[in-house]
Amino acid sequence: MEDAKKLKRLVKSVWVFNWFNSCGFTEILPVVGSRWDMERFGMIPVASPRHADCLIIAGYQTEKSIRRAQRIYRQMPKPAVVIGLGSCSMSGGMYWDSYNTIKRLSDYIPVDLYIPGCPPRPEAILKGIMSIFREVEDHA
Amino acid sequence: MIMKVLLAMVVPVAGILIGLLYKGIDRILAARMQGRVGPPLVQPLRDVRKLLVKENIVPDDAVGWLFSSMPFVALVSVMAILLYLPLGITPVLEGYGDLILVLYLLIIPSLALVLGGFASSSPYASVGGQREMVKMMSYEFPLAIAVISVAWLLYSSGAENVFSLSVISGTHVWGLAGIPGLAGLAVIFLCMLFVIPGELGRIPFDVSEADSEIAGGIFAEYSGRNLALFYLADAVKAVAIASLAVALFLPYTVSGIFGLGGAAAPAADFLFHLLKVFFVLFVSSTVVRVVTGRLAISRVVSVYWKYPVILSFLGLLLIMGGTLI
Ligand code: SF4
Repeated sequence: MEDAKKLKRLVKSVWVFNWFNSCGFTEILPVVGSRWDMERFGMIPVASPRHADCLIIAGYQTEKSIRRAQRIYRQMPKPAVVIGLGSCSMSGGMYWDSYNTIKRLSDYIPVDLYIPGCPPRPEAILKGIMSIFREVEDHA
Repeated sequence: MIMKVLLAMVVPVAGILIGLLYKGIDRILAARMQGRVGPPLVQPLRDVRKLLVKENIVPDDAVGWLFSSMPFVALVSVMAILLYLPLGITPVLEGYGDLILVLYLLIIPSLALVLGGFASSSPYASVGGQREMVKMMSYEFPLAIAVISVAWLLYSSGAENVFSLSVISGTHVWGLAGIPGLAGLAVIFLCMLFVIPGELGRIPFDVSEADSEIAGGIFAEYSGRNLALFYLADAVKAVAIASLAVALFLPYTVSGIFGLGGAAAPAADFLFHLLKVFFVLFVSSTVVRVVTGRLAISRVVSVYWKYPVILSFLGLLLIMGGTLI
């Protein structure tokens, strides 16, 4: 119950930290910009993991960069959610047979939501985030 | 007396609410200027409410007590400034402090930021702290000249106690100056508007936070409640510095025009003051923040020491010349 209350406050103002080392960044950029404007929902990008409520991991992660991602996740104040963006984060995507990319994000980090696509359309990202909002509303 | 105590409790809280309200307005206006819809008006309040339920992390290597006490120092000091400023009504602590005290109090929140940044053990925050100090050096000088010139103008018109804020806001400076003095005042008002974004750490002078270079700078390690306190301090500081500018340069009231009396007069003056504060903040912070990008750290000092300092000296000379003629 306590947690549900906290989450309800949380979704009213989501500060997003974006971690990427791939084409992933192009996936989230339009959502920040003026066309899809995520600030409408109180979401803004922040620069420090300490401020973040939501970690968006965009695209594939290599063996090396996943360690940084895990470190970022540990640095975030809880409660926090992790979103995996793009098919690379789900299955390795087009790097499925690469020797140094990880294949499934949730083997390494507790992922709350995957958004498929290569890259996902901004609408898909907004829809994914909306589904989190709904989930919280329903359970509170 | 009871009235005073009551006001002393109400004013800082009202300051916080007004600050958050302006933050909301600022974000909506900025969004509209960029062709976006922007967040709802109450978004800053939601941000604070959210930050209050988040985990409050104190890094292992940080100097704990300094790290956690600085947000309080910042918020309390800016709330104290509001008690000395005429907010359309006479200052709550009338007679206990003057303009010079307000100038000193305005330094404390920035110093708290610097100390908090250094105490947090993060290299990003240390860099941010150093940048904040450099920035303080650059904007304090034009601010001091602006204050001195207004005081000079009052002094030469024969006013006593020229640094008392109720004297300053009781006199209409624009009526005192001659033609050269008017030009000088206009220039100095411009410099004051120039100082505000630096004082508030807004774009183009947000070098000490610099999201894209040093990851939030001073705030890099702050989270949860501490970050919320800094957020509130920033909101109140905007109200305080804009109120100072209004008291110095736009000290007009409306209650006389409409012939209001009794309790309606201070209420109307207070609302009108808010309008002026929002106007000053809109011109000096919101518009500037949208149309410019961040200056490189090496340019902040030179920009401040070249244009506002030279301009405000010019304004001071014009005002002095005007009073001597
Ligand atoms: S999902 Fe597609 S766009 Fe995203 S990182 Fe992988 S290959 Fe790039």
